[in-house]
Amino acid sequence: MRTWKTACLATLATALSLFTSIALAADGAVPPVAPAEPPINWHAIVMFVIFVAITLGITYWAAKRTKTATDFYAAGRGITGLQNGLAIAGDYMSAASFLGIAALVYMNGFYGLIFSVGWLVGWPIILFLIAERLRNLGKYTYADVASFRLQQGPVRTMAAIGSLIVVIWYLIGQAVGAGQLLHTLVPQISYRQSIVIVGTLIIVYVTFGGMKATTWVQIIKAGLLLGGATLIAIGVMAHEGFSFEKLFTDAVATHPKHMEIMKSVVPIGAKANPIESISLGLTLMFGTAGLPHILMRFFTVTNAKAARKSVLYGTCFIGYFYILTFIIGFGAIVLVANNPEYVVDVTKNILALKGGGSMPAVYLSHAIGGDLFLGFIAAVAFATILAVVSGLTLAGASALSHDIYANVIMKGKSTEAQEVWVSKVCVIGLGILAVLLGIAFEKQNVAYIVALTFSIAACANFPILVLSVFWRGLTTRGAVLGGYTGIFGSIGLLIIGPTVWTKVLGNGPAIFPYDFPTFVVLPAVLIVAYVFSVTDHSESAQKERAAFNAQKVRSETGLGAEIGASH
Amino acid sequence: MSELSASRIQNNPKYHQLVAQRDSLAWTLSTIVCVMYFGFILMIAFAPDFLTQPLSADSVIPVGMPIGVGVILVSCILTAIYVRRANHTFDPLTDEIIQESLK
Repeated sequence: MRTWKTACLATLATALSLFTSIALAADGAVPPVAPAEPPINWHAIVMFVIFVAITLGITYWAAKRTKTATDFYAAGRGITGLQNGLAIAGDYMSAASFLGIAALVYMNGFYGLIFSVGWLVGWPIILFLIAERLRNLGKYTYADVASFRLQQGPVRTMAAIGSLIVVIWYLIGQAVGAGQLLHTLVPQISYRQSIVIVGTLIIVYVTFGGMKATTWVQIIKAGLLLGGATLIAIGVMAHEGFSFEKLFTDAVATHPKHMEIMKSVVPIGAKANPIESISLGLTLMFGTAGLPHILMRFFTVTNAKAARKSVLYGTCFIGYFYILTFIIGFGAIVLVANNPEYVVDVTKNILALKGGGSMPAVYLSHAIGGDLFLGFIAAVAFATILAVVSGLTLAGASALSHDIYANVIMKGKSTEAQEVWVSKVCVIGLGILAVLLGIAFEKQNVAYIVALTFSIAACANFPILVLSVFWRGLTTRGAVLGGYTGIFGSIGLLIIGPTVWTKVLGNGPAIFPYDFPTFVVLPAVLIVAYVFSVTDHSESAQKERAAFNAQKVRSETGLGAEIGASH
Repeated sequence: MSELSASRIQNNPKYHQLVAQRDSLAWTLSTIVCVMYFGFILMIAFAPDFLTQPLSADSVIPVGMPIGVGVILVSCILTAIYVRRANHTFDPLTDEIIQESLK
């Protein structure tokens, strides 16, 4: 407990000194000829501080109740279906979906709907095929399930590598987003300071409060985000006389491309490309079902029934939210575009916003509810990033400690206390790594990150998980080679694809002409896993196939599954 | 003990009934979601003109918009159908199977 208090005080001290220095800079040091300092956004700062104070309080509460490894990784398996549904929504609705879909719609109109739909339809698949079986078979990570009847070392290593790549790249995207957002809203806090604040808070939440603190941060964030998005959407609809026809007509009239925002099924200006559209569709759907931080949430509930219910709640919250983001994007075209208060230079480009491309939703809240509402939505966006980053960090740390350390290196011989200790060290390491990478990627084009993380999740994690649960014939050899095909195939094709090869590296026309490699890699993974499994005649492969029946009994009935906390 | 129960379960016809019923529901609903969603995606890929035609002559709203929102709503409804069926049919059956395996 003493360490917790020290860390907590240190965090508060850092935050306070930062805010004091801002206040001093504003009050005392205003030289008469200095360029106009932007006013301090007190509403946003006060709401950030309230949110941080509440979440630190929760972390303190959770830390006192986190004693075992199950408490740390899986919140003691005492989370109810509704709570987990909200936490799933809080874990999944990232800044990329709140600010990102709104921004996509703001720039491209109808095209943004593809993302809303694609990011939702993975959920029914998770429910029908994965959620209950995952809860019945696994302990803390999805690698538990993939390696259930296969060889622990190679399969866990592959699954952990897949998880870590997804987690680290997802972290970079979130860290860069956090830095840009906080710096834009409170210009007195620099980009680097913003990222350090986020990194520090995450390390405190996760090392001390584990999954319990993470879950409650996600639940509160989901409530705030759903409430905030509802208010923005109501504000937009009130402005448009509650008529969708008027909203869309006004958006078409305002947007510089006019009717094209209703006609284009690709980003405006891009050439229609059927294969790219299909590959995007595959990536969004199956990527969702392979995200390690999302899959990990199913181990926190009492039993398979609660896992199932939590997907229903989560799907409804997320679906509702994605419909709102679509209204928000069109509302931003009407109320934010062409408004000199938000646009860099209305005479040049009426869409280009101060602070960059992810700002439409944030400015829309200002257009609707003034400074106070902007402050609230800014705090919500910040909370969103913190909640997602906490979930990611815990998932990454569990892959390192539970899979690599406890089961691959120590071969299951480490104690629970050692495993949790390694986890906490990994959380601190991942937190620092996220800060450093966030700073390193400040000026980089991070648009390909979504493609990268979802491609690997869709091509490596998802197919191997489904095959191991449903296909008796899968052997270690097939799973490992298939998994690595997914991981390295996705990375390789992304590197020689247009986003990295052309836009990031500036090497001219891409060797592989598609942004999303899933349509090639996913079938390749299935073929490799199939061929190398059926041709595997080793003795261990026979045993693995024979072990399928017992695995099936456990996955279908829950007999022998990890016991949940009783209520 | 648990191994014994597991082998008893495998010989229980109710277990095979459970697996068959749940698999058929799960794969049917998954197929519906995939057909619906990839139908939408294939229209985007190969028939964008259909999706982007206005709902009516005096409307700017493209046909694809209610279709896309419909895919989201139907997905939520299908998850609700699965959960209802599982709560009412599969859970009692699973409990019976486990009880019988422990006798």
